[in-house]
Amino acid sequence: MKRTATALAGSLVALAASVSMAQADKLTLYCSAQEDWCQLMARSFEDATGIDVNMTRKSSGETFAQIRAESSNPKGDVWWGGTGDPHLQAAEEGLTAEYVSPMRDQLHDWAISQAESAGNRTIGIYSGALGYGYNSDLLAANNLPEPACWKDLLKPEYKGHVQMANPNSSGTAYTTLASMVQIFGEDEGFDFMKGLHANINQYTKSGSAPIKAAGRGENTVGIVFMHDAVKQAVSGFPVKVVAPCEGTGYEIGSMSIIDGARNMDEAKKFYDWALSTDAQNLALEVNAFQVPSNKGAETSESAPDMSQIKLIDYDFKKYGSSDERKRLLQKWDEEVSTLPQ
Amino acid sequence: MTLSAKSTTPPVLIFWIIAGWAGFGLLPWYGIEDGFWSFEWLVDGYPFDEDYAPAAFLIAQGEKLWLAPLLLPLALPFLALRHAKSDAAYARLLVLAGALGFAWMIVQGFSIGIRGYNFEWMNAAFGSLDDRQYGMGYGAMICASAFLFLLTQGIAARGAVNGDVFVVSAIGGVIVIVTAFVFFPIAKMLFAAFITDEGTYSILVFFDKFFDDRIWGLGCLAGARCGAAWNSLFLAVLVGLITTLLGLAFALVVTRSGFRYKRLIRAMTVLPIITPPFVIGLALILLFGLSGTVTVFIAELFGVQPTRWLYGLPGVLIAQTLAFTPIAFLVLIGVVEGVSPSMEEAAQTLRASRWQTFKTVSLPLMRPGLANAFLLGFIESMADFGNPLVLGGNFDVLSTEIFFAIVGAQYDQGRAAVLAMVLLFFTLSAFYAQRAWLGKKSYTTVSGKGDAGVHPLMPKGLAVPVLSIALIWAFFTAVVYAMIIYGSIVELWGVNNSLTFKHYVTAFSVRFEAEGIRWTGAAWDSFWTTITIAAIAAPLTAAVGLVTAYLLTRQSFAGKNAFEFGTMLSFAIPGTVIGVSYILAFNVPPIEITGTGIILVVSFIFRNMPVGVRAGIASMSQIDKSLDESSLTLGANSWQTFRRVILPLLRPAILAALVYSFVRAMTAISAVIFLVSAEYDMATSYIIGRVENNDYGLAIAYSTTLIFVMLAAVGLLQLLVGRVQIGRRKHIEMKEAS
Repeated sequence: MKRTATALAGSLVALAASVSMAQADKLTLYCSAQEDWCQLMARSFEDATGIDVNMTRKSSGETFAQIRAESSNPKGDVWWGGTGDPHLQAAEEGLTAEYVSPMRDQLHDWAISQAESAGNRTIGIYSGALGYGYNSDLLAANNLPEPACWKDLLKPEYKGHVQMANPNSSGTAYTTLASMVQIFGEDEGFDFMKGLHANINQYTKSGSAPIKAAGRGENTVGIVFMHDAVKQAVSGFPVKVVAPCEGTGYEIGSMSIIDGARNMDEAKKFYDWALSTDAQNLALEVNAFQVPSNKGAETSESAPDMSQIKLIDYDFKKYGSSDERKRLLQKWDEEVSTLPQ
Repeated sequence: MTLSAKSTTPPVLIFWIIAGWAGFGLLPWYGIEDGFWSFEWLVDGYPFDEDYAPAAFLIAQGEKLWLAPLLLPLALPFLALRHAKSDAAYARLLVLAGALGFAWMIVQGFSIGIRGYNFEWMNAAFGSLDDRQYGMGYGAMICASAFLFLLTQGIAARGAVNGDVFVVSAIGGVIVIVTAFVFFPIAKMLFAAFITDEGTYSILVFFDKFFDDRIWGLGCLAGARCGAAWNSLFLAVLVGLITTLLGLAFALVVTRSGFRYKRLIRAMTVLPIITPPFVIGLALILLFGLSGTVTVFIAELFGVQPTRWLYGLPGVLIAQTLAFTPIAFLVLIGVVEGVSPSMEEAAQTLRASRWQTFKTVSLPLMRPGLANAFLLGFIESMADFGNPLVLGGNFDVLSTEIFFAIVGAQYDQGRAAVLAMVLLFFTLSAFYAQRAWLGKKSYTTVSGKGDAGVHPLMPKGLAVPVLSIALIWAFFTAVVYAMIIYGSIVELWGVNNSLTFKHYVTAFSVRFEAEGIRWTGAAWDSFWTTITIAAIAAPLTAAVGLVTAYLLTRQSFAGKNAFEFGTMLSFAIPGTVIGVSYILAFNVPPIEITGTGIILVVSFIFRNMPVGVRAGIASMSQIDKSLDESSLTLGANSWQTFRRVILPLLRPAILAALVYSFVRAMTAISAVIFLVSAEYDMATSYIIGRVENNDYGLAIAYSTTLIFVMLAAVGLLQLLVGRVQIGRRKHIEMKEAS
């Protein structure tokens, strides 16, 4: 029964696609990167192909919620940008379509291995390492030493000066938790989180909030992706970026084609184009400091130098799966978040 | 009335019969993909093209045969035309036609969707269907309305509500739209609380998620953290009380004091309500945050270490009080003005002192206003999302928890549904507590009898504290807004304080070219969309709200309590839940409106309608029923009475509803963030994008512009609707002013 339904749905989608072919080519893009980058990608793709792009920008969590809610009648075609976890989650739930791009041989290995771990339903377009940033003015005002390692943040003098997002609500913070488990091993990783808990002044809801607070002088140290911290520094806030000495995890910003996309051909065109050097070099124009996935694309000079950062071999397949995520989050909830501060 | 209608067929009936046939035979049955207002279909294969064909043409071509049964209920009313209105057969035929037609519309709409049959058992029973249908278009909507109003006319003819067609139709209409746009999506969303990971239903999942320490924990009594439910409740009660008291203070200053600058104070109270979200929060951080101006100043003055005291309950409380006092004020001003001076004068004639008069006459008569103001403050605080997000710190409340249960790393819709239920339980309890407190007493003060007199001034002992509270608060508001304007004209807020207008230029630059004005600024697109949507939504909201209020206060019918509950429901639910439930419910036929501007308008109407209802109820319960009765006795029907007697007396309530819904449509964020699309981006979601991207200057410049636009709009509305004149009071005020 289910198979006929799927076949029927497939033929209907094909029918719909053939009907829409008659009209002007168009593409509905869900974008989860920063606004100006999204705009630039949409306009540049229009210039390059003549296909009209309807772009909506929302955070990756919001977009994922929307794609899931729309799954019986998808409205979007491509989902570009945003941290990899929700993309992996969408792949796991079959919300996104399989596609192997001809551009794939131009990509870094980390992008390809992430795609393979998701059954080719998503692909990496940029990556960014986890780290932290601090407000140098506040650090000096409070006579605090400059931190350089993860374990430095456990020192008692940082009590009330560290901020990170709540792993329950933020993908960034979940990456932090999973990275600590991978760097230190599960037991010691959780000991680290417990020690950190004592110094945390607030678990924010959104992933980049800690470093924004640090930029405005409302917080001293914020655990975030390093490119977010760089952005604060470039915007003119007194923020210094730290790549922790023990090594660190990273995120892969991803792109997926939505299953049942109404404009599948255009979606594939965008997909291939977004993996090209030209498209990835656009990041330089909008202060995006991630590392592009195309080997030939350039990285901004202000971006953290990935060759100087000790990256761990982050296991996206394991730590991106919903079972492992639930287990770690529950453990964090029960063992860490309930401790007194 | 019934006498005159006996011989002729009511024109309303003929109208709806024609409308039904036009919907079926002339207008495109299904929604047009290019948009509601696009009329390309007229030249693009209409009426035979399958996408644009009316139902009659579809059936004639052998397509969509499940629409054919609608012909029967469409034909039935013709039989009714042969009967007199008083005939039992007339009523029976109309009820039958309306009920059959409407029921069939619903049945076919929900069972056949975009992928054929929507239910597995139908595939099993009838074999798979090689056809599908999209959402309702003009034809289907008009046809459905025709069936609905045929039904209500039938019910009225049977004698319901004294055979009053207007009242029965209004009740029917409100019930249908509230069911479609409030109950249906919310039910769809709440079912998520019972879905297990495997996709089956189970009550155990619900209990598992419900009895969670993060919701009900009482750790704060022992130094740790409390659950979100207790936090929300505590905060909402505080905010409700404080905003009601402040709102009352302002209303008293404006109406019953000799204070010279009361117009200025009145204008100022409007400010926070027209402020986009996050802006007050950001301003408070700049004043009282760890590096805030005031914090640093005080820290240096007293040599203490600056703290993060703002983040948590204090910050959210201050921000919400700032934001919601105007709502209490708007509700209370109408009520305080409406208290009849005759009663107060009577008390004074009986030698009551000013204080006794105030305490035993004026204040008790204001009870409906006080209760409504508290209820609104309570609910607003419960559902508020922007302020806790910015200032909440570790103080978790339900609304933000719901948001992050949906969009956060957990992706747990079930948990969101459970939290939404808890929140709903609190708000509904407040609603019933309010009704219990008001009881069945009469608060009527505006009657048909002579109403001459002027409000006495407040007693001295009251005037001094009330005035000083109002002044302190006004000063505080002024400081906060000065900070906001300042923030929009500095290079980088808090870091580089050189003055610049570049943020305004980026957002709102225009270029004059040969072919006209080119709107080159980055904000124009979302700006015009926002204005358009708000301008469409506001009058509709006010209309639905006031008609509902009229039905609730003036008519009695079975199921009135459930009806009232339904109209308040959407207000009590946080926007996030509404947003997600709207996507779930309206992304698929029969009502397929996601990605359009219509879904934004609809969400605003039903989010904001309750304020219109509350304001309407508060004002209407002060207008004596004898006014309606005399109008009815003089031969007017209930529509004429509503139009000519009640509406003019309701001007303050109309103004409140219009202003509120316009302003909310421009400043709402939590529901909107899910409903905006590429074509219909709203100002608030654009602003949040800028805030996320560190463009504080641009975000605040845009917000400041919105504030001024809304001020202008509010002023304009005030001029258009005009000020109500109750008794002599207005004259006095004018004399004072001149």
